[in-house]
Amino acid sequence: MGEMNNHISLLWSFGSFGFSISINISPLRGCDRDTLSEAGMSNPRTFQIQEISAHPGPVPGQGTRREEEVCKYIDVTTCIGCKACEVACVEWNDHPFRETTFDDTYQTMPSTKWNYWNLIKFAEDERNGNLMWLMRKDQCMHCEDPGCLRACPADGAIIKYENGIVDFQQENCIGCGYCISGCPFDIPKFNEKTKKVYKCTLCSDRVGQGLEPACIKACPTGCLHFGTKSDMVQIAGLRAKQLREVSGFANAGVYDPSSIKGTHVIYTLHDIDTPERYGLPRNPVIPPSYTYWKWLAKPTGLLLAGLGLLAVFFHRVSVGPKLPQPEDPPVITEYPDQIRAKRKEQP
Amino acid sequence: MTSVERFDERARLKAERVGRDVVHRGELLRHPVYTRVLHWLVAIAFVLSLLSGFALYSPWLFRFLTPVFGGGPMARFLHPWFGLFFDIFFLFQFLNWLTPMLWAETDTRWLKRIKQYTTNEDKIEPAEVGFFNGGQKLYFWAIVLSGVLFLLTGLLMWFDHLVGRWVIAVSYVIHDLAALLMLAGFIVHIYEGTAAMPGTFHAMTNGTVTERWAWTHHPAWYRVVTDRDPREAYERERRRQAERERAIEDLKREQDAREGARESLPDDRAL
Repeated sequence: MGEMNNHISLLWSFGSFGFSISINISPLRGCDRDTLSEAGMSNPRTFQIQEISAHPGPVPGQGTRREEEVCKYIDVTTCIGCKACEVACVEWNDHPFRETTFDDTYQTMPSTKWNYWNLIKFAEDERNGNLMWLMRKDQCMHCEDPGCLRACPADGAIIKYENGIVDFQQENCIGCGYCISGCPFDIPKFNEKTKKVYKCTLCSDRVGQGLEPACIKACPTGCLHFGTKSDMVQIAGLRAKQLREVSGFANAGVYDPSSIKGTHVIYTLHDIDTPERYGLPRNPVIPPSYTYWKWLAKPTGLLLAGLGLLAVFFHRVSVGPKLPQPEDPPVITEYPDQIRAKRKEQP
Repeated sequence: MTSVERFDERARLKAERVGRDVVHRGELLRHPVYTRVLHWLVAIAFVLSLLSGFALYSPWLFRFLTPVFGGGPMARFLHPWFGLFFDIFFLFQFLNWLTPMLWAETDTRWLKRIKQYTTNEDKIEPAEVGFFNGGQKLYFWAIVLSGVLFLLTGLLMWFDHLVGRWVIAVSYVIHDLAALLMLAGFIVHIYEGTAAMPGTFHAMTNGTVTERWAWTHHPAWYRVVTDRDPREAYERERRRQAERERAIEDLKREQDAREGARESLPDDRAL
């Protein structure tokens, strides 16, 4: 492989016919993440063997597909609330431990912060007259249809990768905070000092290097899993089935809300009918302001404004101005019939 | 009298003392210095708000308009301040113009003949059209409405951490609607004030208009300030113009005759 460059990359492949040049003009100038150049450089299928000379039998691995969508799966039923994931998140992202508010619970702080992306929420609930402690790891859900991205007015401030990770690019963020109101999970947080918004990256830097997110790595009970979306959905489904059939949680299910086309962080919950008990919205939605209004009504408004400009211009051309009356007679040097006669003379 | 009105009055008096209005013969003073200064303060604040706002309005404008204000973060930082200044300046213009802008029966009648107005069917406005016509009043009240909506929804979006996400989402749409309403009025306003009605722009720069302009576009106002009948004044001007034209024609004919006589004379040098 040649030198990696953000803008132009040369791709040599001896296996195929000659060489091919792929020009990859990245809209994210200044972004030097390996994951980005990787996406343009080595598509997983590029070096998959297609044909082999003098090889008897089929090509090994032919027809294999690589699944690109990643997913974090959180089994809240086996979470013990140790907060190792919180610490791992703070460590990996090099955040200093921040001040907290004690609110008579085990929770580290009331909600996630701009530099505290991973928080276990402790909810005290009841089951059969007994206390039931619900612990849910709260972080960005990496929605398939991200409300933050829909709401953002700044070119290149929020991107979503092919693998489903939604990532903020602070160098392009203008700090308007629309993403905060676009998010159904109250995840993006504003930093008053830098005037930018931050949130969990799903450790896109680690994932780009083939590593699992830091929180996954730290989990001691194995309640956190990371893999492809379909694998995680399958495991989560199996666990939910086990909870229903073996553990007596008749309503156990997988939280992967379809109203935002699914998320890249999914949960198994003891009771899928009442996700509110875990602080999760039953039906997360993006406000229509950032969907129909922004992408349909706004361009229409612009079009109408353009037509309005054209309308006044052509009004001037066709109808003409309203002159103070009586108008001064126009200064005519030659009369129309004379002009016409002249035109006939010089064809 | 509220303190704001008192301040407004003091500012007006001060502006009149500092500024100067030069009114030539055949002209009328339409907008005093205070009104003109306020108008242009509002206009500057509005254009800056409009451009910085449209930078954030649509992804198709972001790359075009944000560089004007030093980039996206700067555009986002400046926009609320531009808007705030627009609202403050307009508050004074509101107090200044509230009385002449009050809606009257005549304005409803004016609106009913908007078609004749836009097609220039009537060369002269009906005698009842006063200092402001129905269209101008409509634009004024549209600005008042938009100004209030801008301020309310703008403050909510400025201090977005104090309110819920759905409040922001709704404010966002209302803010846009107010902007589109203003833009529509703004396009018409600029056109009417410049290309559509020659002589109007002068009223906002030098403060004066010609008497002809006054009896053509605002006859009732002409009657108030001159105590003359606008229609009669117009007819008299027309007669004068006709006489002037006749005189010019006579002069031309006389000159033509003289030149003709000279040409018919034999040229001495040719001999």
